Amino acid sequence: MTLRCAIVGSGNIGTDLMIKMLRSDKLQLTALVGIDPDSDGLARAKALGVDAPHQGPDWVIDHANDFDMVFDATSAYVHVRYHKKYEEAGMTAVDLTPAARGPKVIAAVNLTEHLDAPNINMVTCGGQATTPMAYAIRRAVDRLPYCEMVSTVASKSAGPGTRQNIDEFTKTTSTALREIGGADTSKAIIILNPADPPIIMRNTVFGALPEGTDHDAVLESIYDMEKSVSSYVPGYRLKNQLVVEEGPYNTPGGLVPHRVVVLLEVEGAGDYLPTFAGNLDIMTAAAMRVGEAIADHREGDAA
Amino acid sequence: MSAKAADYRLIDSTLRDGSHAISHQFYAEDVIRIVEGLDNAGVKVIEIAHGDGLGGSSFNYGFSAVPEKELIAKACETAQQAQIACLMLPGIGLADDLREVRELGITVARIAVHCTEADITEQHIKVAKELGMEAIGFLMLAHMNSPEGLVEQALLLQSYGADTVYIADSAGAMTVEDVRRRVNALVGALEVPLGVHAHNNLSMAVANSIAAYEEGAKNLDGTSAGLGAGAGNCPTEILAAVSTKCGIETGVDPLALMDVAEDVVRPIMPRQQVIDRAGLLLGYAGVYGSFLLHAERAAERYGVPQSEILLELGRRKVVGGQEDMIIDVALELARKHADQEITG
Repeated sequence: MTLRCAIVGSGNIGTDLMIKMLRSDKLQLTALVGIDPDSDGLARAKALGVDAPHQGPDWVIDHANDFDMVFDATSAYVHVRYHKKYEEAGMTAVDLTPAARGPKVIAAVNLTEHLDAPNINMVTCGGQATTPMAYAIRRAVDRLPYCEMVSTVASKSAGPGTRQNIDEFTKTTSTALREIGGADTSKAIIILNPADPPIIMRNTVFGALPEGTDHDAVLESIYDMEKSVSSYVPGYRLKNQLVVEEGPYNTPGGLVPHRVVVLLEVEGAGDYLPTFAGNLDIMTAAAMRVGEAIADHREGDAA
Repeated sequence: MSAKAADYRLIDSTLRDGSHAISHQFYAEDVIRIVEGLDNAGVKVIEIAHGDGLGGSSFNYGFSAVPEKELIAKACETAQQAQIACLMLPGIGLADDLREVRELGITVARIAVHCTEADITEQHIKVAKELGMEAIGFLMLAHMNSPEGLVEQALLLQSYGADTVYIADSAGAMTVEDVRRRVNALVGALEVPLGVHAHNNLSMAVANSIAAYEEGAKNLDGTSAGLGAGAGNCPTEILAAVSTKCGIETGVDPLALMDVAEDVVRPIMPRQQVIDRAGLLLGYAGVYGSFLLHAERAAERYGVPQSEILLELGRRKVVGGQEDMIIDVALELARKHADQEITG
């Protein structure tokens, strides 16, 4: 089944998603909707033969009959105002902002859990990169008392939506580490680095390992997860060997003797911004996985 | 100099920046004694938080021994005349943290950000203002931006409602001339007052602070006995003594500040703040001062020289908050050393 799709938001994420969606045989992109007629994203859309209105989310509501799905790449603030309208208009919304109105989906962990939900939240780029590792640690231990992630992205790859919603980024990411990753307590940190040439997106996951943990099982589970994520984000990789460091560490989830340190790099595919912007890539690749899974699911229902 | 006392404001950050030097292991009795001492000496603003700001307690920056909000409550209860300030970095702390500490009695919020990323502070500065706090925009690692670039960033902070703008020499990397040029440009462009936060990695902290004041930065930061990240901060008691000798009306008592440094702070310092090789390298290579102790631990753990870690962090243009990269660099260096042994 081919689903008719609109992308709202012609910034970095929306434009990158457009380029990926044009390659899909399950998701048919018919409009990239922005608010600035002079934006680079809308110009790209026109050049690629995609309808590029600049009347914002209201345009999508007005043309709801033309779309099965809307991918929202605006900002948490905008999504909070529109998510009900999308639902009422009968469109499934895939939310690429940290608004977190619908159930959260991390492509490598719970892709197929919410395929019938009217609104699916893609958490954050850092969440897509690190929640799989929290989950990988958790499935190898009895208990993950605390998990922490640090995401560093190049300043050039963080658009105004991210910058104005930085608390939403950390809160939503932190919640995903618990709800989907399985940690009892969590923290998320984001850093913007302006170095030129821009740095490739980096993510570090620290997992608290309680007494009696089988460290080898934890490491093996993490290596397996690296393979799962890199199957749809080819630039996703462990930058260094995994290390278990000795504490003790007085974490919010209690005192633990060790921590595992997972040093990740996410190199982008270079679809819109250059390859340093792995943060765009992991988000848009995950959203594509969700969109295509929904298309497959509906085809299954129809058949 | 014809400065009046009202011009000069000293903000003491012993209980925030000093927290780095003791790996965030402050206890309630330390807080009470330091606040009492500074308050008696006439310090008008005392800053307290985890070294990396509200919410900084973490694997990445080190866990606080005592939850910072308990310590903040103690500081607010103890102070008689001083205002109690906090610091937060968007991306690490939350606007919700500001709401909580406002309830505890914090009246000054410093919103700190890398010196090129001011636009991530808008929501936090606005929340601080809505809560009725003084909002100070705080541009870190200011040596990494030009005077013109800093002006652009400072104007953003001012436009969000910042009551005061600070530049922080977080790597202790600036010379007197570096400070003068930046302060001069900022004072000329801003309507709000300016402040300078100096570190002593190049032994320039006091001289830079005095130069900043002469150029028009009326807010200066210090920590008692220089307790702080890297080779330490501008020592409050020395700054007060030198300012007084320069004829500046400071409103603080240098002798009382010397007593706090000697009798209260030095006894709890795990080591005195000296400019050893690692500290000097931070200033020389322009590396965030808080990396010092983390790099020392990683060097020990992975058997690589601390100085190599710091220099590589400088080459990578790592910014404040990227402490995880210390492990990354140490592992890479360890691998490189192992390869060399095999091939050599």
